[in-house]
Amino acid sequence: MTDRLRFGFLPLVDAALPILAHELGFAEAEGVTLELVRDMSWASVSDRLLYGHSDAAHMPAPLAIANTLGLGRPPVPLAAPFVLGLNGNAITLRPEIAAHITQVGAPGDVAEIGERLAGLIRSGNRMRFGVVHRYSSHNYMLRYWLRGCGIDPNEDVEIVTIAPPYAADALESGEVDGICVGEPWNSVSVERGAGVIIAVTAQIWRRGVEKVLAVKSERLAAEPEPYHGLMRALWRAGEAFVDPTKLDQIAEILSRAEYLNGSARLIKGAISDQILFAHGAARVHVSDFMFQHREAANFPWVSQAAWLYAQMVQAGHIEHSASRYDAAQSVFCPDIYRAALRPLGVPLPGASAKLEGSITDPMGVGTVQGRLILSEDSFFDGRQFDPDALDAYLSVG
Amino acid sequence: MRIAIIDESAARAAVIEEGLREAGLIELAIFSERRGMIARIEAFAPDVILIDMANPQRDELEEVFDVSRALARPVAMFVDQSDTAAMEAAIEAGVSAYVVDGFAKARIKPVLELAISRFNAFARLRDELDEAKSALAARISIDAAKALLIKKRGMNEAAAYALLRKAAMDQGRKIAEVAEALLMADKMMGGL
Repeated sequence: MTDRLRFGFLPLVDAALPILAHELGFAEAEGVTLELVRDMSWASVSDRLLYGHSDAAHMPAPLAIANTLGLGRPPVPLAAPFVLGLNGNAITLRPEIAAHITQVGAPGDVAEIGERLAGLIRSGNRMRFGVVHRYSSHNYMLRYWLRGCGIDPNEDVEIVTIAPPYAADALESGEVDGICVGEPWNSVSVERGAGVIIAVTAQIWRRGVEKVLAVKSERLAAEPEPYHGLMRALWRAGEAFVDPTKLDQIAEILSRAEYLNGSARLIKGAISDQILFAHGAARVHVSDFMFQHREAANFPWVSQAAWLYAQMVQAGHIEHSASRYDAAQSVFCPDIYRAALRPLGVPLPGASAKLEGSITDPMGVGTVQGRLILSEDSFFDGRQFDPDALDAYLSVG
Repeated sequence: MRIAIIDESAARAAVIEEGLREAGLIELAIFSERRGMIARIEAFAPDVILIDMANPQRDELEEVFDVSRALARPVAMFVDQSDTAAMEAAIEAGVSAYVVDGFAKARIKPVLELAISRFNAFARLRDELDEAKSALAARISIDAAKALLIKKRGMNEAAAYALLRKAAMDQGRKIAEVAEALLMADKMMGGL
């Protein structure tokens, strides 16, 4: 007997793992039949999940926290037992602004680029940025970078929500000066000459948590088995995702009308970390642009949820309290990850939290199974985040 | 009760509007064009906002609802979590709603039910239209295939149709599919 799970997703490159778990047969092999339900807004993905119309969803990690805390909707506790990927987003500015602050067409030092952007803003240029959702990693990563460059994201610039399909238009029409979105939407803007990529989020936080597998905590506790099977299938999908011999096949699958309904060429660029920074430039390889599998990338470190919570507090989206901090951290479920993936024999970290941004050279970490080496996870400004010292972190601002 | 209908499909918006008007709800405004929509909605100051679930703008709107000073904090209609049947019906129909905080739930329910039935009616209309279109397309292919057989094989119309029907039955396909295959083959052969 197989279990049927309805899986909500948005047509983005980082919906790859659930799509591949289905298309490459990994879910079926685990006795799970996936029915993928595509939506066009996170609001609809959330509604389906929260009200039981879907069983699981692809969701920005901070949105899973927001839904749990009841921001914008009645609170429904969600669990994120598996991270669907790290990074994969970029900041794209209108070409005439980008020309002032970066070497157009190539990646640069994001601290220096930010410093020049701060100069532009201080000299009186009012700027407006579009992000894909108020409670998105994109929003918090952009804010982190701006703040680190001396720009107050609440005062010095305006940040609004722009649905990804409209992002390129919004840049072109001048509705916004910059966007922080996922793929393929930066590439679409670049191809149209509407924007120039000035930074990818991996340059801001080398191991920035992005989408998660989100499930209602109640459902997960009541029927863990199908979800464990799903997580093993997602892990296999990640293994396929990083297999260079499958690159063309994966790009073709994702590009299909029922999934991203987009250009296989642009999708292939994103999943192989080959980034087109400006129209007419050559593609540049950016290491770890998308990080979906290696180094236990799918492990839900509680410290990642804690970092996001800290950014949400700094953005003014949450008023900090000890109970909210606990609730936010409890969204990430490393125990369930370990229980589900143990039969695969894959490396399972022993700790559930770490000092984020502290690794500069490859380092072995303690595991309960397998051998695991983590490499650089730095923030662009060299800061570290200790989940046990939140107050000190917030007081520095 | 001021009701805003946000729909990229002007046709569907009109179907919903008609239903609401018939029910005596006349303070209505339709918003289809994305540009400048937020300001226009704020100016209209709705009590209830109806929007199709497939609209990519929902996230933009929800943010505005969160931060707008002009709007009185509309919240997602699923506030009444006990009413699972209503929620299910709304999601099935593909309609979502936002209601200004504090507005009486009892007054909202009939509006929502009406919107759901209108959304479903529109979906049925569209299905019927699709069916009518494909029936028409099938008719055109079959007529063209018959004309081809009459011309090339010197058959009369009844015999041409009988041949198409027999081929369809033998292959377990629709007559229109056989007709289309025949037309395609003829085209590829350069009409020889």
